[in-house]
Amino acid sequence: MVDLVFTVSIIASGIRLSTPVIFAALGETIVERSGVVNLGIEGMMLMGAFGGFIGTFFTGSIFVGLLFAISGPIMMAILMAFLSVNLRTNQLVAGLAIWLLGTGLTALLYRLIFGVATISPKINEISPIGLPILSQIPVIGSILFSYDPIVYLAFLLVPLVHIFLFKTNLGLKIRTVGENPRQADASGVNVYRIRYLALIIGGALAGLGGSCFTLVSTGSFLENITAGQGWIALAMVIFGRWKPFYAVIGALIFGMVDSFQIGLQSIGTAIPTQFLLMLPYILPIIIMAGTYKRSYAPAALAVPYRRGER
Amino acid sequence: MTIKDISKTFFAKLAKFQKNTKTSVRDPDSLNVNVRNYAKNKDNGPIVFMKGITCRFGNLIANQNITFDLKKGEIHALLGENGAGKTTLTSLLYGLYQPESGEIYVKGQHAVIRSPSDAINLGIAMVHQHFLLTLAHSVTENIIVGLKSTKGIFLNLDKAEEKILQISKKYGLKIDPKSTVGNLSVGEQQRVEIIKGLYRDVDILILDEPTGMLTPMEEKALFEALRSMVNQGLSIIFITHKLREVMEVSNRITVLRGGNVVGIVKTSETSEDELARMMVGRTVSVNQISQGSISKTTPPTVLEIKNVSALGNSNVLFLKDIRLDLRKGEILGIAGVDGNGQNELAEVIAGLRKVKYGEISMDGRSIANLSPRQIRELGLSYVPEDCLHTGLILEYSIIENLVLDRWYTKPYSNKLFLNKTEMMKFADKIIADFEIKIIELNAPVSSMSGGNLQKIVLGRELSRDSKVLIVHNPTRGLDIGATEYIHKQLIKQKENGVGVLLLSLDLDEILTVSDRIGVIYEGKIIKIVEKQNTDIDQIGLLMGGKAIKT
Ligand SMILES: Nc1ncnc2c1ncn2[C@@H]1O[C@H](COP(=O)(O)OP(=O)(O)O)[C@@H](O)[C@H]1O
Ligand SMILES: [Mg+2]
Repeated sequence: MVDLVFTVSIIASGIRLSTPVIFAALGETIVERSGVVNLGIEGMMLMGAFGGFIGTFFTGSIFVGLLFAISGPIMMAILMAFLSVNLRTNQLVAGLAIWLLGTGLTALLYRLIFGVATISPKINEISPIGLPILSQIPVIGSILFSYDPIVYLAFLLVPLVHIFLFKTNLGLKIRTVGENPRQADASGVNVYRIRYLALIIGGALAGLGGSCFTLVSTGSFLENITAGQGWIALAMVIFGRWKPFYAVIGALIFGMVDSFQIGLQSIGTAIPTQFLLMLPYILPIIIMAGTYKRSYAPAALAVPYRRGER
Repeated sequence: MTIKDISKTFFAKLAKFQKNTKTSVRDPDSLNVNVRNYAKNKDNGPIVFMKGITCRFGNLIANQNITFDLKKGEIHALLGENGAGKTTLTSLLYGLYQPESGEIYVKGQHAVIRSPSDAINLGIAMVHQHFLLTLAHSVTENIIVGLKSTKGIFLNLDKAEEKILQISKKYGLKIDPKSTVGNLSVGEQQRVEIIKGLYRDVDILILDEPTGMLTPMEEKALFEALRSMVNQGLSIIFITHKLREVMEVSNRITVLRGGNVVGIVKTSETSEDELARMMVGRTVSVNQISQGSISKTTPPTVLEIKNVSALGNSNVLFLKDIRLDLRKGEILGIAGVDGNGQNELAEVIAGLRKVKYGEISMDGRSIANLSPRQIRELGLSYVPEDCLHTGLILEYSIIENLVLDRWYTKPYSNKLFLNKTEMMKFADKIIADFEIKIIELNAPVSSMSGGNLQKIVLGRELSRDSKVLIVHNPTRGLDIGATEYIHKQLIKQKENGVGVLLLSLDLDEILTVSDRIGVIYEGKIIKIVEKQNTDIDQIGLLMGGKAIKT
């Protein structure tokens, strides 16, 4: 019985832990499908975490918190778009700049607002909602089928993003821009506008992903609270061959391994915690090395576009 | 004849021709009359009228004061050499660039075309020289992306497929809307491009060098479709630099040279010779390079390929059972549609690709799976297709590039130190012999033009004392003058007893210089024939994989 509860709660917390990566990876899938690599997601997620925190802290409204969580990253996405689309800066460099901006800015603003507090300020986290019927199952029901609404939103978004990319006119435009911007342009698609749009969607989703750290898990903000999960999301987009469903599988694997290693730590093992902490980050490297194929990538990925250039 | 003599006669002819061309422009003044009449008479006027168009790229004038008109229901050819400004002129009409000055009228209305979607709204579509297709997407997706008329959020692929099939039937453009474009042949991809335009209900179609990569059969099918289109009221601008094609398919011809219009003629009132003269600005020998006498006795074989098979880039067997013998002092042309194993064949011989089965010998010595350097030292010269990346190191200077294959030998090196003076001497000689235009001896070659880069590779490869010379698409993208020059060099090599293997996509080139012609199809040499015993039609059929009995 205890074993079952333990296993089930590891799965449940794995699902919870994968949520931020799912948001960010879905967003990045859209961005990369339009031909832009956004290395700045880690920074955008941090900004989302911070925005969600202060929004909720000062107004007491989770809704306002979410609004704050996406607006910061959206502004960073617009900056990223300006750098990589209009100025045609190297996208990797621009992305790294965005990441550093997010890291630095959140730390600075947090200290400006709250000072160097000894007790970190807290907000009321979002409370979980049980799924009807399923959460009534004795013992495991309340563990496995009861999450915060934002977790449901993440999973709901997976099929929606898939439909958006592959079944809508706009999705076709995004994919064409990522594969062959010259064709898109010649067919009357505004390449710049599409890339801006994709980046803005990607920024909003990264922000939502980031907000999970403050609004759901801890209720407080820490420097670098996202702990590199933006980078994991980037890896999962590649692992997922630029398809939303596959990327989510990757995100779930990450979440499960993370939850498993936390579980191991809590029951205590001989393995040093440093090694356990490394696990969820090493795994993607191994998976990536085994599955990466350039041929799945959008053909124009990371290539700036200029009309009329040969 | 020395280089000096050649250039002297060249300039003499040039001067003479320039006098002639002034008169050969049939109606430069009447163009202005045209403008005036045009405003009065919209219905009978041209469907497209471009007046005084000038377009620059930096200092380069790509189009200078060009006037062009397209009548309803005609195929109007834009003829000119590479760089004459054909693509630029039509790109202006298609909204890809903006003219610096000049006006465009479409269907009697003054038009400012800022983007391709403006052009499409005016009923103009363009099929580019390099296709604008997304290989990973389906035919239908490629066709409907960006359509203004699609309402609603979701894709309606079924309806689109229906309309595509209708168009396909109407003009005889066979296509399966569901297939992935990356799996289609070049001819089919081109049909997708054309249907893309027709799907948007355009009535003016621009085709930029549409036959470059087609087999003669596919070319025929294309021409038929074009005729069916103009019969049904469309108007077509057909860009090409091939004389045979303009004569075959067009109603009228505008000839461009160096960004200027040098003539507007009716196809029925001109000849290939006249067009060639206008296009190049001097008299050229169309297909008349001297062949030298072919000896009665069969000369010895210098390169023998026996049952060679090799893997392609995707690790499946791609070259299958190649059998070929190249004789001393001949040019063996290998014709074929792009991607049928030309590159792989060249690489296998040069040692850049492993021989999986079979045997290759050069001058009696087995060379299969030796290192590229060993093979070269035994007497192979190789001018690869992709000179920029395989033939040169762009960051190196011209001197360094010229000695790439011999820097470690005497007199360029004494095992310890390089001898720069000798290298310089050698470079100077090649630069003079091949008339390479250089700005700075020590600058990276990346700043040089395509034709000159090609000459560096040729200079290096032809200055070797070789037994076998492989050349792959040596004149692609070069103008007629440079092409002629390279053909003469190949013939000189052959006369010196080198066996030349010429792999080329340009069937005219193969027919011009080869002694024997082989055809490569899906990784096999399916036939080798003497040039006298064949013609373009037979080779064309073979290139399309149709073996025929002779
Ligand atoms: N986008 C561009 N940027 C700079 N130069 C260009 C560009 N497009 C064409 N050119 C130059 O303009 C001239 C005309 O080119 P183009 O119109 O492509 O000739 P054509 O189609 O007749 O071969 C060439 O010298 C070419 O190098
Ligand atoms: Mg061109």
